[in-house]
Amino acid sequence: MAAAVTPSPRAVRPPGRRRPKGPPRRLPYLLIAPAGLLMLGFIAYPVLSVFFYSLQHYNPTKPWRNGFAGLANFTELFTEDPHFWGTLVFSLKWVVVEVSLQLLFGLALALIVNQTFVGRALGRALVFSPWAVSGVLTSAIWVLLYNSQTGITRYLADAGIGSYGTSWLSDTATVFPAAIVADLWRGVPFFAILILADLQSIPRDLYEAAEVDGASRLRQFLHITLPHLRDAIVLSTLLRAVWEFNNVDLLYTLTGGGPAGETTTLPLYIAHTSVDAHDFGYASALTTVAFVILLFCSTVYLRLSKFGGENR
Amino acid sequence: MTVLDRIEVRAEAAAPPGTPRDRERRRAWDEVPRWQIYLPLGAYLLFTLVPFYWILLFALRPAGSTSLVPWPMTTAHFEKVWTERGFATYFENSVYIGIATLVLTTVVALAGGYALARFEFRLKKGFMLALLCSQFVPGALLLVPLFQIFAGLRMINSFGSVIIAETVFQLPLSMILISGFIRNVPYSLEEAAWVDGCGRFRAFRIVVLPLLRPGLVAVGSFAFVHAWNHFLFALMFLGNQEKQTIPVGLNTLMGADSVDLGALAAGGVIAAVPVVIVFAFIQKWLVTGFSAGAVKG
Repeated sequence: MAAAVTPSPRAVRPPGRRRPKGPPRRLPYLLIAPAGLLMLGFIAYPVLSVFFYSLQHYNPTKPWRNGFAGLANFTELFTEDPHFWGTLVFSLKWVVVEVSLQLLFGLALALIVNQTFVGRALGRALVFSPWAVSGVLTSAIWVLLYNSQTGITRYLADAGIGSYGTSWLSDTATVFPAAIVADLWRGVPFFAILILADLQSIPRDLYEAAEVDGASRLRQFLHITLPHLRDAIVLSTLLRAVWEFNNVDLLYTLTGGGPAGETTTLPLYIAHTSVDAHDFGYASALTTVAFVILLFCSTVYLRLSKFGGENR
Repeated sequence: MTVLDRIEVRAEAAAPPGTPRDRERRRAWDEVPRWQIYLPLGAYLLFTLVPFYWILLFALRPAGSTSLVPWPMTTAHFEKVWTERGFATYFENSVYIGIATLVLTTVVALAGGYALARFEFRLKKGFMLALLCSQFVPGALLLVPLFQIFAGLRMINSFGSVIIAETVFQLPLSMILISGFIRNVPYSLEEAAWVDGCGRFRAFRIVVLPLLRPGLVAVGSFAFVHAWNHFLFALMFLGNQEKQTIPVGLNTLMGADSVDLGALAAGGVIAAVPVVIVFAFIQKWLVTGFSAGAVKG
């Protein structure tokens, strides 16, 4: 590794090789520079330009209208847009239902695979595996499963559940639960992995002490496990909610926002507005509003859940 | 206590791997009835595996068959997707993009993560806050400005645009994870190497880096899986058919003629195989990785 350590390392240090002494001033900045510059250029700058465009009319297919718009985009959005409120409400419904179910099942799954049992390693690997599969591939799999002719619906109909020829993805009554189940398939493992990681950091002594005091398993769960997991649950729920809100991969390919706009989330609507309709100015206004809503909800959520509070 | 302090405290508190004695003690109190484990786990396993089985079934059985067992087996769907539908090209493109994203993310996050783990500097708090805030920034909503930036850099239709975009959105999480791993390596180890005459860089390379290997594998794999699966950036920045990636190819199979379910299933299997292999490889590190990296707060 280095020169042999004879009497005093300080004395034998070869000349010219400087031992780092004291906290270096420039090194940390040099080290974060690549990451910082990338994020500045490809996250911060785009965010600012979205704010800028939200105050502009900007549509390459209608160049004669381009220019400063003031708050026109925003007034249109809140007062005239027939889709905005609907997509916003659907987004919130989607996030709340999806994330709470993922949390519930993820917690249960983590508690189960945290036990010692025969075949645990394999069991974990299998139940976690959909985590690796995401977005479009999840859609492809569930499109096959839900297919009206050859999907699992047909075999369920054979067994007397449901009826022939129904496609759960094109029926307004079933599309929401169908999409929820597909997203649960890949979302639950994610939660389970995060919660399991935290479960393993709970000192075993706590349970032993509780056992000695004769606390029931339920009481142990309520008074040891849950309080310990609180911060993990709060943060992973928040991150997941933001990701679920923002993610368009799954719904874009699974339902395309249909049937009849029934499953269009706000980000999906924004994607359609900017990419298909080329109305960048208006899409930017929508984006800005989505930002503000996300920021507001996250702040309220962190306050309410007292994240990082002293009592745990 | 702020959120940021909390994250650091948690990173330091991450538990060391279970000692044998620990495991013994655990067995003593872990006496949940077996059926309470196997019954719900079995049910969940069914939910997990049926979709996987379904896609394999469709990919392997001949068109028109309604059998629930893929027998007789055919590779016709795979051949068709691979050659006629361009999946050979998509696969190659996805591999390039995935590996480049992996390398770039790991190197940049390693440098940044080291700075965050080992130094106090004026911009640190702000930088950590920026990392956290960037999690709230939806990649999908930034498509238009990103497109303009890449157009300005003449990078539309080149892999560079997608690689940079995927890397940037993967960086915050990777950096938080890596700095957590580095914090778990005692600083005194590095200091000992300096005393022995190593420079900071050399000390890092021969002392810290080997200990980080599992963590780096986990972080790199996240980056790869993410880039492999992600759809929107490739769809938007790579207009050229020849440059497209697997998820975009899958999407076209789903759109134009959703009748050809065999092709869709075969495409899905091709898309799944690399990530499932990566996952099988890293899953044992996954849990400890999140624990040490303390993404969970």
